[in-house]
Amino acid sequence: MEMIRASELVYEYEQRDDEGNVVGMNRALDEIELDVRPGQFVVILGHNGSGKSTLAKHMNAILVPTGGTMWVNGRDTKDPRELMNVRQSAGMVFQNPDNQIIGTVVEEDVGFGPENLGVPTEEIWRRVEDGLRAVGMIEYRAHSPNKLSGGQKQRVAIAGVIAMEPECIVLDEPTAMLDPDGRKEVLRTVQELRKRKNVTVILITHYMEEAIDADAIYVMEGGRVVMQGTPREIFGRVDELKRYRLDVPQVTMLAEELRRRGLDIPRGILRREELVEAICRLS
Amino acid sequence: MSIKLEHVNYIYSAGTAYEKQALKDVSLEILPGQFVGVIGHTGSGKSTLIQHLNGLVKANSGVIYYNGENIYADGYDMKSLRGQVGLVFQYPEHQLFEEDVLSDVCFGPKNQGLSKEDCEKRAFEALELVGFPEKYYHQSPFELSGGQKRRAAIAGVLAMKPKVLVLDEPTAGLDPAGRDDILDQVKYLHDQTGITVVLVSHSMEDIARYVERIIVMNRGEKMFDGTPKEVFAHYEELEQVGLAAPQVTYVMHDLKARGIPVDTTATTVEEAAEEICRALKR
Amino acid sequence: MIREITIGQYYPADSFIHRLDPRVKIVCTLLFLISLFIQNSLLGYLIATVFLAFVIHASKVPFKFIIKGLKAIILLLMFTVVMNLFLTKDGAVLVRFWIFQITEGGLKLSVFMAVRLIYLIIGSSLMTLTTTPNALTDGIESLLRPLNKFRVPVHEVAMIMSIALRFIPILLEETDKIMKAQIARGADLESGNILQRTKAMVPVLVPLFVSAFRRANDLALAMEARCYFGGEGRTKMKPLLYRRQDYLAYAFVAAYVVVAFVVGRFVPFHIWIF
Repeated sequence: MEMIRASELVYEYEQRDDEGNVVGMNRALDEIELDVRPGQFVVILGHNGSGKSTLAKHMNAILVPTGGTMWVNGRDTKDPRELMNVRQSAGMVFQNPDNQIIGTVVEEDVGFGPENLGVPTEEIWRRVEDGLRAVGMIEYRAHSPNKLSGGQKQRVAIAGVIAMEPECIVLDEPTAMLDPDGRKEVLRTVQELRKRKNVTVILITHYMEEAIDADAIYVMEGGRVVMQGTPREIFGRVDELKRYRLDVPQVTMLAEELRRRGLDIPRGILRREELVEAICRLS
Repeated sequence: MSIKLEHVNYIYSAGTAYEKQALKDVSLEILPGQFVGVIGHTGSGKSTLIQHLNGLVKANSGVIYYNGENIYADGYDMKSLRGQVGLVFQYPEHQLFEEDVLSDVCFGPKNQGLSKEDCEKRAFEALELVGFPEKYYHQSPFELSGGQKRRAAIAGVLAMKPKVLVLDEPTAGLDPAGRDDILDQVKYLHDQTGITVVLVSHSMEDIARYVERIIVMNRGEKMFDGTPKEVFAHYEELEQVGLAAPQVTYVMHDLKARGIPVDTTATTVEEAAEEICRALKR
Repeated sequence: MIREITIGQYYPADSFIHRLDPRVKIVCTLLFLISLFIQNSLLGYLIATVFLAFVIHASKVPFKFIIKGLKAIILLLMFTVVMNLFLTKDGAVLVRFWIFQITEGGLKLSVFMAVRLIYLIIGSSLMTLTTTPNALTDGIESLLRPLNKFRVPVHEVAMIMSIALRFIPILLEETDKIMKAQIARGADLESGNILQRTKAMVPVLVPLFVSAFRRANDLALAMEARCYFGGEGRTKMKPLLYRRQDYLAYAFVAAYVVVAFVVGRFVPFHIWIF
């Protein structure tokens, strides 16, 4: 069974004029098909306004489809009785590190989700410890979130989701507001988690470098999925990516540029070592 | 139009438990018409540094000269300095407040005491310079897209006709295309008007593509100051302090290590491709 | 400047006081404040001083840190002292110059008032310094729970309080940033009369409100995403349970209140006019 599955998913909202009258419908998501299997690492790419965040919000039933269906762990997100289960199954981490931390002490924030789920007190403590350990923030358990760096705050947010013991974590542009150090820190944490907990990870981002290790990449544009494939397949189509206002890792760009200048370099180079190897083979 | 810092020191919350030296003996000079990049990671002092340039933050010791005049001297006209050295903060769209874009952009010139007509003339010019679409001039700034909001906010500073434009991470939070748009626009602005630009960024790749000079800040100190090629030649030291040279620089060094006779100073994709082709065709 | 106010701040340490149940600290602080106001003798204040000194010592919060909280009320303090000193006409006149006179009663009242205010601030800062904001709201929530019967949304109010506590420092920092940004655009936030200054704050307040609403919206989403559906069915990570030390603390404070009251009232002990 798929962890997350969308079939003909459509999301429309009313467009209103200044007086509040409905003047038309806006289609934010258009016939989305998505299959994420348990344990997979799936990246959804797209520029701002491409619909990727709207899609993410469907995975947590913050939004429900106006057409088609979204299943999370086999549960239809439209079913109000499943709301709690859906939100517990697919934990969500948001973009702004400050605006998703509720607690005034790190450990209390991590405990917030389990508290809502009605988990018994001793079990909450175990889960909080476990969550904080999983993101490497255990030594900050008694700190105020305000004094942490952006990357650390995001790790706390991830721990808060882990403590709810979800099968799947949806990260909605978790690195967009971070500096390069913070970005690396968060991505490393996510990779660690995948290894240790075997959870399904869906990462929504506009940084291509973060997609290199993905099992599958979906590229969105105008509310549709316009490209789909492995990183190598996707990064081999540089011109198309540029057309969707995305950008390609510098190494891939350099490989593309060299090929354009007539050098025999394979498509879809992702890493520095691969490029160096390919160039050395030519000399 | 030059800005000169001499032995500037700045200490945060002096005398409390949170005391922190944000700038340590920083001396530098920014010359008219330069396109300068300031790089360093969070807490390196780069944001504090640029807030000194228009007198928003006052150094604990050291002197800053604007056009040879000491800005800390008694009776120095700070307000006029702030008009000359325009500072665009990180997420500048967070300071938009007027009912429509045009009035918001007029806020700066209005504070400079210009007439309504002159303010609007300045605003039109500024909005055009940042490539802001005319059809949105009378819209509420809160209804714009992220990229447009940012343009409007930058125009708000440009409308003051500064001689120096200082931008603190103007691309933070934008997507790649939005980032390129803004940086291209700044570059265009620099080429068109000859304005001095100081660009703060975390991204080595961005910096390498646009600027002629890089100042690297680390723990409140100026670590390097030179052309991109000079600075990135120190890529190993940069790495030690948690910064990195552009990816292509590493590729070039790797190639050289593998015995391919390339010059390792390339900092952009184009330069690198050029150099690799040259080395291979020899 | 805003950062220097310690009222409402938490000072992390591992002390007997820190470990007490927040309800104990709230109730005992109230008791202490009441004891100050029914107190009117030198001996009573001496006992209060000993009690306070003991609690400060037990809290492991540096004295310097506690004193900082007083900075915020220094104006109020001076105002009260001056008013009491010159306006109370009671007993023999001690000093007289021009139209002012200081009476024995005035001196006594102003000194006692000052001590009262200072102890009041120290007492309540001690509570907030040793209790995390969350524990504090938990305590208030638990103490106010009986009001639930009267349809007062106690859980919701407590949640709002704790969120406010979390966001106040963030919004303060944001205010600072917006002010700087508008000053950089030539805004003059410091000169002019009250009307002009209020008007000059519009460019700061509008963005601040916009940002606060955006944050509130984001936070609401994040809370929903983490399965928050209001107070019903929630468990507590840190449930409030009275332990032996809490009963001890109650007994100790109750003893203090009684002793201070009885001794202060009935043991005659005076030095000069006090």
